[in-house]
Amino acid sequence: MYRAFLIKYAEIVLKGKNRYLFEEALVRNISYQLKNVEGSFSVRRENGRVYVEADGAYDYDGTVEALQGVFGITGICPVVLTEDEGFERLAETVTDFVAASFPDRSFTFKVDARRARKNYPMTSMEINAALGERILMAFPETKVDVHHPQVMISVEIRPLINIYATEIPGPGGMPLGTAGRGMLLLSGGIDSPVAGYMVARRGVALEATYFHAPPYTSERAKQKVVDLARKLSAWAGPVKLHVVNFTDIQLDIYEKCPHEQLTIIMRRYMMSIAEHFAGEGKCLGLITGESIGQVASQTMQSLAVTNEVCHMPVYRPLIAMDKQEIVKIAEKIDTYETSILPFEDCCTIFVAKHPVTKPTLKSIERSEKRLKEVMDELVKKAVDTAETIVVTNEP
Amino acid sequence: MEVYLDNSATTRCSREAAAVMASVLTTDYGNPSSMHRMGMAAENRMRRAAEQIAGTLRCQEKELVFTSGGTESNNLAICGAAEANRRRGRHLITSAVEHPSVLRTMERLSEQGFEVTYLPVNRFGEISVEELKEAVRPDTILVSLMQMNNEIGALCPTEEAASAVKSVNPDTLFHVDAIQSYGKMRIFPGRMGIDLLSVSGHKFHGPKGAGFLYVRDRTKLKPLLCGGGQQRGVRSGTENVPAIAGLGAAAAAAWDGLEDKVGHMFALREHFIETVTEIAGVSVNGRRDRQCAPHIVSVSAEGVRAEVLLHALEERGVYVSAGSACSSNRPAVSATLSAIGLPRTLLDSTVRVSFCADNTREEIDYALGVFAELIPMLQKYKRH
Repeated sequence: MYRAFLIKYAEIVLKGKNRYLFEEALVRNISYQLKNVEGSFSVRRENGRVYVEADGAYDYDGTVEALQGVFGITGICPVVLTEDEGFERLAETVTDFVAASFPDRSFTFKVDARRARKNYPMTSMEINAALGERILMAFPETKVDVHHPQVMISVEIRPLINIYATEIPGPGGMPLGTAGRGMLLLSGGIDSPVAGYMVARRGVALEATYFHAPPYTSERAKQKVVDLARKLSAWAGPVKLHVVNFTDIQLDIYEKCPHEQLTIIMRRYMMSIAEHFAGEGKCLGLITGESIGQVASQTMQSLAVTNEVCHMPVYRPLIAMDKQEIVKIAEKIDTYETSILPFEDCCTIFVAKHPVTKPTLKSIERSEKRLKEVMDELVKKAVDTAETIVVTNEP
Repeated sequence: MEVYLDNSATTRCSREAAAVMASVLTTDYGNPSSMHRMGMAAENRMRRAAEQIAGTLRCQEKELVFTSGGTESNNLAICGAAEANRRRGRHLITSAVEHPSVLRTMERLSEQGFEVTYLPVNRFGEISVEELKEAVRPDTILVSLMQMNNEIGALCPTEEAASAVKSVNPDTLFHVDAIQSYGKMRIFPGRMGIDLLSVSGHKFHGPKGAGFLYVRDRTKLKPLLCGGGQQRGVRSGTENVPAIAGLGAAAAAAWDGLEDKVGHMFALREHFIETVTEIAGVSVNGRRDRQCAPHIVSVSAEGVRAEVLLHALEERGVYVSAGSACSSNRPAVSATLSAIGLPRTLLDSTVRVSFCADNTREEIDYALGVFAELIPMLQKYKRH
């Protein structure tokens, strides 16, 4: 029955002169997501509204699912659009709409009419009353409840008349690409994809850096990260993934530094390398999945020492979240199952039995001095030999 | 150079088998149960395969049941025999070093009221026929033993074992898991006292997803699957004709010059063992003589994690397994390696190298060179 969807968005409305930029991004992102859905669609902006209209047969469920993946959308309303051909015609359309939308009509309802076009011959209140009466007449099993209706039938008089009764929740957030670009440090774990998702939801486009350490980590561990990037790209659009070979750096640290400091020193180098690619990709910040106290390298002391090497801001959207909350989001965005596949990643291969939890910058920097001679070269080599993969969600 | 030394996990399908399969898939694609000519043509392809396989075992064609492979054959043999004979007894015997498709099946049966005896093994992974004989009771309905161990290549003296079992209880069925041994030695179930014998196609250059169970004439099995009653009711489901045809072709090819091939593999094995054990900290598990599988070497490298060694070898084009690759990609501690009493420190430091007749001496030398180069390097970086 539905050929169109009315797209609702919340925060964008608050924007001033930039509003059109946000709306245009939203339209662009909707069109991009709909590319993989069966059917042909037109997406248009009209008087502060966005409509998605299907041209001919289309996949309804697929369309809703795709729209639920577009950041910035708060609600998706399947809508009937009809020309204004007088009230009689409207009343018929509305009763047909109720008949088709609700097989079981033993509900309470309210008609909520609005006129964006004030030249309509009836006032909103008159339309409410008249349509309510017609619905009651057509379906005696219904009841009116103006305070707590089970079904709200919206009728908006615009250039076309909009009739809708359901609003499917969207993901919220801001349209992708309206907030610049961030560099995500993506591991194979549960947290980093969630961190990427959360920042992307605020409109940030993503690049990602992954560190692998062959032969200590396997080709499957890398494949797992590519799979995670692919899952992420369903939400965040194409993700440029930099795969960095970290083995030599890691072994050099292992050879020369106290083993309980290994992870911290390693993370500092990871941050610098990620920052290098972030600079190349014009990213405005780094994004990590760190959360206070989760592991030794994520105590406030450790985070402070890690942070010290970065010149860009580091965004840590999970910083105050519990693991359980993070897992919940990972399940929602469909990365959890992939994240828990049991492949070793490079953070765990040489992990000390008792890593430092309260490192000081001084002691870490003292250890790092021992790496001086070759490290610059090793970092350069890691950067130069990194592989770049553009991961998209296209089939 | 690329050297595939993981032939116990699976082998490359032979050109002959692949060609036969392609022709069945595209030409004789009928359902063997169909009554028309196309069905007949498909049935003939299957019969041809049965003839080829029966020739290798010197058995009757009707004693062969085609399955989806080793796991199904083992399940059908064990569950099928246990269920069909449960009124005669509830006792089963196997060993501690069987494949999971035997051990897990035994575990399930023990949940269903069967009693299972697990025979211990010596440091070479071998059972004692004496102990087997003592374990057989009047209510023992089935003995299931692996002929060649998939991890260390230990050999079971099946003929001797079968006659020991039958001397105590002639009604006890004797099942042999021949998944690693078929195509590596001559087996004559008829005169060796074997009642059931499991084989998997892809271990001897046949296709994956195809195998068979030899079932001695008049041995009763309860089917695992309910259905249209194909294969004399023992294994319902439309037969995988292309794969079965490939299986037959692979069997015929394997028996062509069998002794020479086995001799070649033994020679590669001996050369490999001799050279690899020259590396400091490297030892080999199982027998070094010819009283074992010709194609399997279990190598322990002190202070090197098996998974790391595997990936390091892979980077140099050499493919091996960590422990046994068959079960999953999570390398768990191997039951076989524990059972032969391998020190704890070596359990996670053991890789399996397995040859096929196509491997050359040059390939083995290349692989040996890579082992010698990598192991000392990896020993430098230990996990805490």
